Amino acid sequence: MSVTSNDPKHVDAATGTSTTGHEWDGIRELNTPLPKWWLYIFYATIVWALGYWVVYPAIPLVSSFTKGAINYSSRGEVIADVDALKAARAPMVNALAKASFDDIQKDPKLLTFARAQGKAAFGDNCAPCHGTGGGGSKAFPNLVDDDWLWGKGTLDDIQATITHGIRSTDPDTRQGNMPAFGDGVLKATEISWVADYVRSLSNLSVDAGADLKAGQKVFAENCAACHGDNAKGNQELGAPNLTDQIWLYGSDKVTIVEGIAKGRGALMPNWGDRLDAGTIKALAVYVRTLGGGR
Amino acid sequence: MSVKQQQAREAELEAIGLDAPLYASRAKIFPAAVSGRFRNIKWIILCITLGIYYFLPFIRWDRGPNAPSQAVLIDMDHHRFYFFFIEIWPQEVYYITGLLILAAVALFLMNAIAGRLWCGYLCPQTVWTDLFFAVERLIEGDRRTRLIKDNESFNLETFAQFLLKHWAWLMIAWWTGGAWVLYFSDAPTLVYQLATFQGPAIAYIWIAILTATTYIFAGFMREQVCTYMCPWPRIQAALTDEWALNVTYRYDRGEPRGSLKKNDVLREAGKPAGDCVDCNACVYVCPTGVDIRDGLQVDCIQCGLCIDACDNVMDKLGRPTGLIGYDTDINVKRRESGLPALKTRFVRARTILYAVVMLVVGAIMVGVLATRHDSGLAVIHDRNPLFVRLADGGIRNAYTVRLSNKLPENRSFEIRVDGFAADFVASTEGKRADSGWPVLVVGPDQTFEERLFVTIPQDAMAKGEHHDDDKRDITFRLIDLRSGSQVQVKDHFMQPHGEKK
Repeated sequence: MSVTSNDPKHVDAATGTSTTGHEWDGIRELNTPLPKWWLYIFYATIVWALGYWVVYPAIPLVSSFTKGAINYSSRGEVIADVDALKAARAPMVNALAKASFDDIQKDPKLLTFARAQGKAAFGDNCAPCHGTGGGGSKAFPNLVDDDWLWGKGTLDDIQATITHGIRSTDPDTRQGNMPAFGDGVLKATEISWVADYVRSLSNLSVDAGADLKAGQKVFAENCAACHGDNAKGNQELGAPNLTDQIWLYGSDKVTIVEGIAKGRGALMPNWGDRLDAGTIKALAVYVRTLGGGR
Repeated sequence: MSVKQQQAREAELEAIGLDAPLYASRAKIFPAAVSGRFRNIKWIILCITLGIYYFLPFIRWDRGPNAPSQAVLIDMDHHRFYFFFIEIWPQEVYYITGLLILAAVALFLMNAIAGRLWCGYLCPQTVWTDLFFAVERLIEGDRRTRLIKDNESFNLETFAQFLLKHWAWLMIAWWTGGAWVLYFSDAPTLVYQLATFQGPAIAYIWIAILTATTYIFAGFMREQVCTYMCPWPRIQAALTDEWALNVTYRYDRGEPRGSLKKNDVLREAGKPAGDCVDCNACVYVCPTGVDIRDGLQVDCIQCGLCIDACDNVMDKLGRPTGLIGYDTDINVKRRESGLPALKTRFVRARTILYAVVMLVVGAIMVGVLATRHDSGLAVIHDRNPLFVRLADGGIRNAYTVRLSNKLPENRSFEIRVDGFAADFVASTEGKRADSGWPVLVVGPDQTFEERLFVTIPQDAMAKGEHHDDDKRDITFRLIDLRSGSQVQVKDHFMQPHGEKK
């Protein structure tokens, strides 16, 4: 193979190599031949490409494409990868499903695995309501603080809440309602008194001329049954502690009045139907690390 | 090429109407054996470099029961690189960057001092090709014999030699591939596994790959790798200068070349006659098949074998050696125009610059290595929520801390936060030291992740002991309970805007 050109032939004096006939500002391009093997490798790549067309999916058809001899698909590769990952994790997943919380706490490997697994499951299932870091929002409890609405924040309590939910359809669900006192039980003025009284328990400012005495009386008659005589709440019923600085719905008077008048009853699904026991255990372990379980 | 030759070739091309072909067949090279100073240097370097490569994985280095006992090991499974007393974690890969910078500048420095020292003596392509040449000559004979055989068809003897040569080459290639995988796993164990066919598949695959590349590159591709595949000759040509020593044909002394008798006649007639007797010994021994008398060229790896070949010829003729030798461009030009040669200047701006860069990079690496800590602390502040209000009204921030223990033993660390009382710093685990600060235990040569809670309690807030800023700088201290050594990390404590009662 060679190039033919009509330009006058020129040979470079220094190297004895002919030039391509191209010249830029007196600089000529040497026509150094490539090695033959380079050419053969080029042909080999063409053959390789033909083989590739046969072996792999290659040519688009009207509604499909050629599947190739080994029936490869990138989707199939992902599925194989996920299966391989599941197989690799299987021993730890099985160990986690069988282990008690005590076992998990004692085995650093299992604990690390449970935390990682729990973090991933939290992001997939819990974050939409509780926030990615468990910070919560109005009506959705903050899981990072030191206050527990239901149970004492032990691993077992957390596991029970996740499994059965709150006010869910699960027969073992956590139950407890804040009734609507505005439906003929309490008058608007009484609701105002008790709202002021409740704010005073947390050292929040109250309206000038608020009748705290009257509020206390209304509280003792209507609220103490669930929230306790000292208003410290009841974690069996999900009745919040009204003396601390943590407010699920908000601490302003309007919000408190609204809660008393219309009632409250946010719902958490029972995850026992959707997640396996091991994942719920991992979630409990992870959630406990968020706030330290206190 | 003389003007006459140039014009003749141009006329020739004009006559056939063609330029040079686009693709050139490879010229067969049958390098002759040679003995001499540079050949000996090359043998010694070959023994040292291959000796290191083949046997280094077997050197043991005791690191205690929790770490591998191989002196040089790239542990892919556990993400560690061991080099005698140094252990590198993945996040310390900048040492490799430093090494690569050193290697590149060392290459430049070698080039500024004496040309392609790397290509001629040290490059694996050169060393293995040299070994394969030696095997080839041992089995099939030297240049002359092989030239004759090359024109004949196989007979029983030459066919047996052919098989023996390729078998020997494959054995060397296989050993090369085998040594490679030993750097990635405990060498004696892996050798046993491989020998009993219990080795991991990846080991066999890599042995096969490196056996193939060694066999092909050193047995067949040879100088083609240097001329067409390697970028260094091109870069080298751009970096060299007139003061660099290079393997040089001293044309000022050799030209005009001619046969011994012809030049003697010329000399007696008082006409110019050079010392080169045009015996082609330099071309015959060249492993890349170049003619050094054409001057510096990209194909020449400057291995110095032509110096040995020419010196041997000069010795026989009773003429001074060194017609081919390490020389600088500037001196050849000076002698040609009748000026005395200058002393080779090794110390010049270029070499000083390279040496300084190497010293600085080397000093930084040694400094970082000597001062690096055997434990590490990384702190990540929670992003959501940035802080939480506690039941009593205090403010708490949560952090994910990752501790690394670079020693091969269990270690207990106390974690302190400056400006806070010990009681208000807690870990999820809840373990505390006698001092009251949280204690975390990290396994040998491992990292450990834990969550840490830092609190400003309500009474402290009430007393105004906290800052007015939303964000204040705090310092975490990780203290080894046994040795007392510590590392510290700065982070922030966040609180609600304008929080002050």
